[in-house]
Amino acid sequence: MNEFFILMKSELLLGIIIFILLFIKIGKGLSNEKMLVLIQSLLLVNFLAGFFFNQTGHLFGGMFVSTSATILQKNILNLGVYLISMLFSDWFRKHIHMPEYFILMLSAVMGMFFLVSSGNLLLFFLAIELATIPVAAMVNFDMQKRISSEAGMKMILSSAFSSGILLFGISLIYGATGTIQFAELPLLMKASPLMIMAFIFFITAFAFKLSIVPFHLWTADVYEGGPIASTAFLSVVSKGAVAFIFISMLYKVFQPMHEVWYHTIILLSLCTIILGNIFALRQQNIKRFLAFSSIAQVGFILVGIGANSGAGSISVVYFILIYTFSNLAAFGVAAAISEQTGKENIQDYRGLYKENPFLSWIMALALFSLAGIPPTAGFFGKLFLISAGATVADYWYIVVVALNLIVSLYYYLRVVRAMFMDKNEFPIQKVQVAFPAKFALIVCGVAITVIGLLSWVWDYIQTALI
Amino acid sequence: MNLSLLILLPAITAIILLLLPKPSQVRIVSLISAVLQLGLAFFLFFSFTRLRAAGDNAKMLFEQNYAWFPSWHINFHTGVDGISVAMILLTSFVVVAGMLVSWNITKMTKEFYFLLVLLSLGAYGFFISLDLFILFFFLEIAVIPKYLLIGVWGSGRKEYAANKLALMLMGGSALVLVGILGLYFATDARSFDIMELATLSITPALQKVIFPLLFIGFGVFAGLFPFHTWVPDGHASAPTAGSMFLAGISMKLGGYGCLRVATFLLPEGAREYANIIIVLSAIAVLYGAFATMMQKDLKYINAYSSVSHCGFVLLGIGMLTKTAIAGAVMQMVSHGVMTALFFAVIGMIYERTHTRQVDEMGGLLKVTPFITTVFFIVGFCSLGLPGLSGFVAEMTVFVGSWEHTDTFHRVATIAAVMSIVVTAVYILRAIGKTVLGPLKVGFSNLTDAKWNEKAAAILLVAAILAIGLAPFWLNNLVAPAAEVIMQKIAPVAAAVK
Repeated sequence: MNEFFILMKSELLLGIIIFILLFIKIGKGLSNEKMLVLIQSLLLVNFLAGFFFNQTGHLFGGMFVSTSATILQKNILNLGVYLISMLFSDWFRKHIHMPEYFILMLSAVMGMFFLVSSGNLLLFFLAIELATIPVAAMVNFDMQKRISSEAGMKMILSSAFSSGILLFGISLIYGATGTIQFAELPLLMKASPLMIMAFIFFITAFAFKLSIVPFHLWTADVYEGGPIASTAFLSVVSKGAVAFIFISMLYKVFQPMHEVWYHTIILLSLCTIILGNIFALRQQNIKRFLAFSSIAQVGFILVGIGANSGAGSISVVYFILIYTFSNLAAFGVAAAISEQTGKENIQDYRGLYKENPFLSWIMALALFSLAGIPPTAGFFGKLFLISAGATVADYWYIVVVALNLIVSLYYYLRVVRAMFMDKNEFPIQKVQVAFPAKFALIVCGVAITVIGLLSWVWDYIQTALI
Repeated sequence: MNLSLLILLPAITAIILLLLPKPSQVRIVSLISAVLQLGLAFFLFFSFTRLRAAGDNAKMLFEQNYAWFPSWHINFHTGVDGISVAMILLTSFVVVAGMLVSWNITKMTKEFYFLLVLLSLGAYGFFISLDLFILFFFLEIAVIPKYLLIGVWGSGRKEYAANKLALMLMGGSALVLVGILGLYFATDARSFDIMELATLSITPALQKVIFPLLFIGFGVFAGLFPFHTWVPDGHASAPTAGSMFLAGISMKLGGYGCLRVATFLLPEGAREYANIIIVLSAIAVLYGAFATMMQKDLKYINAYSSVSHCGFVLLGIGMLTKTAIAGAVMQMVSHGVMTALFFAVIGMIYERTHTRQVDEMGGLLKVTPFITTVFFIVGFCSLGLPGLSGFVAEMTVFVGSWEHTDTFHRVATIAAVMSIVVTAVYILRAIGKTVLGPLKVGFSNLTDAKWNEKAAAILLVAAILAIGLAPFWLNNLVAPAAEVIMQKIAPVAAAVK
């Protein structure tokens, strides 16, 4: 019984927070301001608690697994959630249904926790549903905007569709092997036609969640329509969680079919990087822009996944940690500006530096990190992903991937150019950033600058994963 | 001497700059830091020569090696040989001069100096790295400063130039990245360490694949034809100090990389492609010279002439003889100092006349004697007048090239030599039109150089003279290091013959 509490500590903690929020909401005792402070402190405690009293083991006959890797991954997800609660304070504070938003978000996070901890296909499926459906409601949370409801609708329909495909894949896997336990699957699995079929359905569902080209079509509309907090959550936390389970599925469960999935991953990564980049070139809305750029980033993650080695999984987790900071910082700046001026187009950012040097520098740092330019952490993240991929890949593939860094630099520079160089008669006036958001932006900025230089971060992830 | 100081000093300066509120403080702190860097570079030079004179024949001196990312075999491995010391000296001179001529920048002073300091940090780090990963890290660190310097403080089509420069250099780094990964995975040692890789054997077939990636990649930085097109636009649009740093330091990163990484580590590859390099660089030399003749804008004149002069660097490397390689390094130093001075002078003239068009100027000698005298000196240096640094460096390259006795090398050398005539034409014409002749209307009350401009000019003129009049110290510094590189190539050369 004791083991149950310790192993499922993170999930239980989230559950407790959800209940606290629920009760406070019913009691209506607190103003939005105080409520937000309370939530932020609870989430901070939740994040810090992730580092203590950790134990590895499994529950329910291997259905729920806790390893040092899952603990680390949950910590990263917790970090993302905490940063989101800080970064978008302005928006949260004004929203009448703020507690519900967090209840939904934490439910989704709980689903993600079960997802990374899942030890068989049943829990895996339940968790992925729990991690998706609340997000659709979160996307719909700008309630008076039609575009937001449309985005929510698109999200729920496309995820329902992908869940259907996933279920079909799972049933085929069960049909081919006769088990749903992750531990037993690799022993019984061989690259038979039925199994390949099952694998294709399975990976399609993942591709939907990770918005890998050609399964990315829902992404841009949903990202644009939803409130920025939800967009950030989708593109950072949600993607991170799916990438974590994706990599452990491929490396462990589908290891006997390595030949098959390796070529699939290579192909998907090329499509994703190239098309994501090309679409991002032409975007005007900053949210759509970040949506497509995050599609391209997933393509780079796939390069690392292709490595099929310890270096591959470490570099993916390392990259997602860095990506969390970089992308959230970019979304944070976009949210601060959009919240006060309603401006969301890259063109509106012209001359931003004049009145808002702090926001401009943070945005520039975040974008340079996403583009992979030193000394920002993104450089190390990208470089290690590509190096890991290069252990097994051909030269031409690495050359194409490396050349795509130029394309991505081009569109990231568009924003930097707008902020620093272009002239504008009516630049955005001084934007007042709330204290929590400012604090979170500074945290992100510092993290982007130093994480790469501190090699113990890599070593820490390495010890956790191997 | 502890080489990390060369990185730490700019890094600390950069952090201090961010905390300073007033522009005047920013200027003074940056200048003090730059002078300290110059002092460090001199100290490095003297301790290096003392150790060498005492008979320390290690390939690299002042080596330091710390593990950084052990699982990737990445070490923070630094050390210098004669070539690096020469480049560090060059960097420190240009940095001081650049800080001085930027004294009048009023637009976002703090950011401007911050970016300059960051740029110099990248250059120092690059020249002392003995590990391919940190070399690449420092190579790329300079991309943001260059982009912003041109785009924010530049003139003319600055956004276009900044974008072009950033993207082309990023393309170069992408190729370098693939090349470095190729080297990493080429041997079972899985090493990024330059000195370790130099002792390992990489199969000739693989060398022939990796060499072009690395050489073209670094070549983009060095203005290798036909990847030189960012040079004129970038240099012409950049603010004065930006142009000085770009042409004086940044382009040298490329030449140094071609030599230290591509040629030194992949001798078979170098052998294989040497002729192509020679042809391309001979074209660059001639094309750059002729293109300069057509220019009317002083900055474009110097930018295109940089393509031509940097062609000599790659020509020297392509010749693969000890003298030519030493000449290539001397040309890097000489051109770095000279072009920085040239841009500084152009900046001074522009600040007064508000034009850079040669046709709109005339008779400046009468009103600004100091600036025009410096202009004369740097012009003569550019066209290769004996007694100035340009002559020494280019002569060494030619002598080194002439060691080859076959027709191909002879023709290439002669073609490159002919560019000197063209250089003389455009330099003399530019100087004649701007400083001689009757004074143009409206220029009569121009003021001569101020203290900061004088100090910058004198510093760089001193460097030009020091190389031009007494070239032996530079040669003694560089030649043994070139010898080491040749030892790696020579066995291959013997085998081919």
